[in-house]
Amino acid sequence: MTAIQDMSLFTSIIVIFISAAFTDNILLARFLGMCSCLGVSKKVDTSMGLGAAVIFVTASTAALNFLVYQYILIPFHLEFLRLITFIIVIAAFVQLIEMIIERFSPALYNALGIFLPLITVNCAILGISLFMLNKPYGFWQTFAFGLGGGFGWFLAITLIGGIREKIREEALPNGLAGPGITLIIIGIMSLAFVGFSGMIKI
Amino acid sequence: MISSVIIATGFLTITGLVLALLLVLAEKRILNYGECKISINNGEKELNVAGGSSLLASLAENDIFIPSACGGRGSCAYCKLKVLEGGGAIGPVEEPYLSDEERKTNVRLSCQVKVRNDLKIEIPKELFSVKRFTGIVEHKKPLTYDITELRIKLTDPATIDFTAGQYIQLESKEYKGRESVMRAYSVASIPSDNQAIELNIRLVPDGICTTWVFDHLKEGQPVNFSGPYGEFRLSGTEAPIIFIAGGSGMAPIWSIIRDMKEKNINRKASYFFGAHSQKDLFYFDELKALEKELPWLTYIPALSGEPENSDWKGERGRITEIVPKLFPDCSQHEAYLCGSPGMIDASIEILTKAGMPKEKIYFDKFA
Repeated sequence: MTAIQDMSLFTSIIVIFISAAFTDNILLARFLGMCSCLGVSKKVDTSMGLGAAVIFVTASTAALNFLVYQYILIPFHLEFLRLITFIIVIAAFVQLIEMIIERFSPALYNALGIFLPLITVNCAILGISLFMLNKPYGFWQTFAFGLGGGFGWFLAITLIGGIREKIREEALPNGLAGPGITLIIIGIMSLAFVGFSGMIKI
Repeated sequence: MISSVIIATGFLTITGLVLALLLVLAEKRILNYGECKISINNGEKELNVAGGSSLLASLAENDIFIPSACGGRGSCAYCKLKVLEGGGAIGPVEEPYLSDEERKTNVRLSCQVKVRNDLKIEIPKELFSVKRFTGIVEHKKPLTYDITELRIKLTDPATIDFTAGQYIQLESKEYKGRESVMRAYSVASIPSDNQAIELNIRLVPDGICTTWVFDHLKEGQPVNFSGPYGEFRLSGTEAPIIFIAGGSGMAPIWSIIRDMKEKNINRKASYFFGAHSQKDLFYFDELKALEKELPWLTYIPALSGEPENSDWKGERGRITEIVPKLFPDCSQHEAYLCGSPGMIDASIEILTKAGMPKEKIYFDKFA
């Protein structure tokens, strides 16, 4: 197996995207971003709405945080501040996006409603920004990593939403209804995703 | 060690400041909708406001006060009005408060509609002259065991302009987990006494606002209300008047009668006040004195539950029995009713039976 450094940039971007989305799924393999997933995955369309917003924010903030880390934190030897810096950058970025969406697409703004501010505290996004530091990636590879991670989360929450829609009318034991059955579903799905692991090593 | 602490603190402060500044600038630039025109009631009034804030706030800036108790959080649903054009889609906060009927007629919560473009809206005309007042409780004195008189001295604005018979909306403050609400109370004081208002408030068991007034509101405490509202007032005709009131329905009639005295309106008037027993009567001596002083006024309190052997010399029985007994023919009269819906409905029935046309009956239902 070729190491990521030896691939051409284009190949590495594709490989990183696929591995971040499938073999290393942030929701199902790393169990990050669980709170908003449990809260919002009742219906497919709201799941997809939040998922799409997460894709956009993870990709952009991973790239942004890469730049902040490389060109501000490392030169000033402030690597130990990465956690809090990333949080601030993500929060500010989400605020900005919220404003832009509100201005230019009130319909989307209405549809996303509370999800947008929720993204600020979605740990999957901070997770992706932190994981990228452990990898020997350049700017575009980081961007692909963020995009793939977000896409993986989108895929997972949409699938979970679909399953929850199907089982809504089922007679579940009282104690399992709601989050209980959802966690079991996520567990089974993550078994399936574990099957991908090891296919690509990045 | 120390230097790294300083660097870290400095770095975070600067980063935070820079990002906050960027956001503020972005908000100015991005969320700038320019000037928007709000056209009210088919162009009757047009406002030019800076876009970006809620419709409720934009109207309040232009001195049009839509009733609102929750302060724009979208939880009281008092601020409903019709947005005919430019309101956009119904937001998730509004959803639960709008009925199908209201959706069809474009009713929205004005605190949730953002002014992003030109709007066409419809609001009741009387709201144009409504203001929001702040005052201080000057006194709170019990009139009967369950009715209290509240006098609120105005602080901002310092005077109120209203017609006898109108009502205001009192804002209760939050207490013991009960939310702030707005409740309507008729003004009992007279228009010339324009630096204060008086209200007659009857304790409703477990009522949010009345419990607040009775148990939590103290003399000297600031209160807010908006007003004046309502079309209940004396007509300009010369027809003899029949007033009928019960309980705190006294308030608007008490105001109208004293206003008539002040303005030398000498229309013949008979005031029927229905109560259960003597302990429910209030302003009794004052009204008896007025009756003596004013040749045109007759005050007829009627008690329905007074014990047989008491010292009560006035009328006994329900108001709906007393009125037809004294006025078998009401075809030339006008009637002004104020009280509970049950009392009003029963009174309208007996008055129309006695020949009074429906359009001559004015009433204010306290629900």
